[in-house]
Amino acid sequence: MKIHEYQARDLLSRAGIAVPPARVVQTAAEARQAFIENGLARQVVKAQVFAGGRGKAGFVKLVDSADEAFKAAEFMLGNRMVSPQTGPDGIAVHRLLIAGAVDIAHEYYLGLVLDRARATASVIASAQGGVEIETVAHEHPEAIIKEPLHPALGLQPYQARNTAVALGFSGKQGQLFADMLLKLSAFFVRYDCSIAEINPLVITRDGRLLAIDAKVNFDDNALFRHPDILALKDDAETDPLEIRAAEANLNYIKLDGDIACLVNGAGLAMATMDVIQLHGGSPANFLDVGGGVKAEGAVEAFRILLADKKVKGVLVNIFGGIARCDLIAEALIQAGNEVGFTVPVVVRLEGTNVQQARDILAGAKKSLPTLQTATDLNDAAQKIVAATRSK
Amino acid sequence: MSILVDKNTRVICQGITGGGGGAFHTKGCLDYGTKMVGGTSPGKGGTKDANGLPIFNTVDQAVRATGADATMIFVPPPFAADAICEAAAAGIKLIVAITEGIPVLDMVRAKKFLADFGDSVRLIGPNCPGVITPGECKIGIMPGYIHQAAESGKKAVGIVSRSGTLTYEAVWQTTQLGWAQSSCVGIGGDPVKGMDFIDVITLFQKDNATDAIVMIGEIGGSAEEQAAAFIQANVTKPVIGFIAGRTAPPGKRMGHAGAIISGGQGTAQSKIAAMKNAGIHVCDSPADIGRTLRQATTG
Repeated sequence: MKIHEYQARDLLSRAGIAVPPARVVQTAAEARQAFIENGLARQVVKAQVFAGGRGKAGFVKLVDSADEAFKAAEFMLGNRMVSPQTGPDGIAVHRLLIAGAVDIAHEYYLGLVLDRARATASVIASAQGGVEIETVAHEHPEAIIKEPLHPALGLQPYQARNTAVALGFSGKQGQLFADMLLKLSAFFVRYDCSIAEINPLVITRDGRLLAIDAKVNFDDNALFRHPDILALKDDAETDPLEIRAAEANLNYIKLDGDIACLVNGAGLAMATMDVIQLHGGSPANFLDVGGGVKAEGAVEAFRILLADKKVKGVLVNIFGGIARCDLIAEALIQAGNEVGFTVPVVVRLEGTNVQQARDILAGAKKSLPTLQTATDLNDAAQKIVAATRSK
Repeated sequence: MSILVDKNTRVICQGITGGGGGAFHTKGCLDYGTKMVGGTSPGKGGTKDANGLPIFNTVDQAVRATGADATMIFVPPPFAADAICEAAAAGIKLIVAITEGIPVLDMVRAKKFLADFGDSVRLIGPNCPGVITPGECKIGIMPGYIHQAAESGKKAVGIVSRSGTLTYEAVWQTTQLGWAQSSCVGIGGDPVKGMDFIDVITLFQKDNATDAIVMIGEIGGSAEEQAAAFIQANVTKPVIGFIAGRTAPPGKRMGHAGAIISGGQGTAQSKIAAMKNAGIHVCDSPADIGRTLRQATTG
């Protein structure tokens, strides 16, 4: 789960990390007022969206007066932000953060992520801050410092001191940095984060160490024990169909193609998308209905697929393990009766209760006039691609 | 021969009374012929399940009473990592964690806990379909009938996969090809897990009954790249591979910072290239796993 910058700044600040004060506003008039109340000569206005690329898109602006703050806010709230991460339609901005600009002497990157190969969380740090850390990792891998957390004990103070030294900190600043890093790593573990990133972490000209921007994501599987974090969830940038799917416990991601697919198992769902493309089609979604899917969930899955108006055909690929083929077949018929399939449907079933499922579908011509069955995944993909092309 | 489990493996189910699949799949394993000897469900010790298996409050009690050496875990996610540690401490040698949705930092700690037991305890999963030696022992949720037991004259493939349903796909195709499976191991889809490709492939390479190996990976992490390098250096049996997720959009499933750790690794393209370089027979479509196996072994 993602949270916004202003929420991350707030959480980190409460964890004892030095974050400059900021105000969050929702109108241009509030932005003007916030500038006056902040009382600083130069301030920064930042759009609060999940997508990156804000600076280049003009959605982070330095302002030197209340009027400039008003104008910047008016622009950001009145236009959709388009960046490489948003797609061509861009996203609407609903909230802005206004904070005093900081006189920066040097920028650093400091983050924690899961290191899968080591099976523990790891600190990632670099003295080249303020830019995308992936770019640094790619062009200057030697400039990236990694420090794995002990799986049970967490980051040890000596590791924080080592990291400070490796980044070139000394004296009081070294202590400040080590203290901040220990607090950030404790925060990461305490809240089951998947990413906790400060970029940039800056040294100001007057020697202060400040977190200027923060990005924090959480492990979805651990949200059950963090109701305070779950309460911060903002679905404004999530596709409405994805929200609907999540409510029905379906793992659905909307894509740009026109062949919808309904599959059980994440691996098979990805592979089904791959095969559709291999045969010249384009997948409209990723959908893993999961092993424990019940009838109502499966019917809702079909409703969601058909709600995407770009969809020209549906491919159902079930290899029953926990999921039962007969349940999917019945859901398909119920969806057919309820919504009606006007587009071609190709079904490929194998595994648990497959014979019952085939019998059920064989008697359901009326509910599913566009149904074709397939013998294997290649056959299924070829049939659905051919059927959608001929339409 | 086979790896990890056989007809002598004595299995309990942790979470045997639960609606999360424990009760349903205990019956499925029993029906397949697995030596299920009991289960645990805290507070229900002393009773029996629908199949007449004894239920215990703790794994320790279950092991003492039944001599179990393997466990199948269906305990709900908040308690599953603890269930894994409990099993190891009670003397279970093979822990198969089916549960999906365990917090990753719980698994980080559980894996560290297991490290104290060295090679005497193995963990498969979590978030996996389990392990099966066809005709002998099934621990998990896979449909048993698609498998083919090794018998004289039949070639056998060992299958290792990060995906449940894609494993079934591979099993089914190899069965239809007239092959048997020595053993099939679903290592699970979580970022922090027990046995990885290399651990399982090491066992398959040593196993007399395994003539060829199928490995099925997917995007994220770098386990497939590591396995490819390992295979090139250590494996003499033919290896057939498939990677799911060529069309998966970047950033949706893979975390922004996960890409740093793996330094450009983690895409399907990177994995496929590493596997092909290592001499693995990689197929483009998951529907071609059987065909590729035939080509690789009759060439």
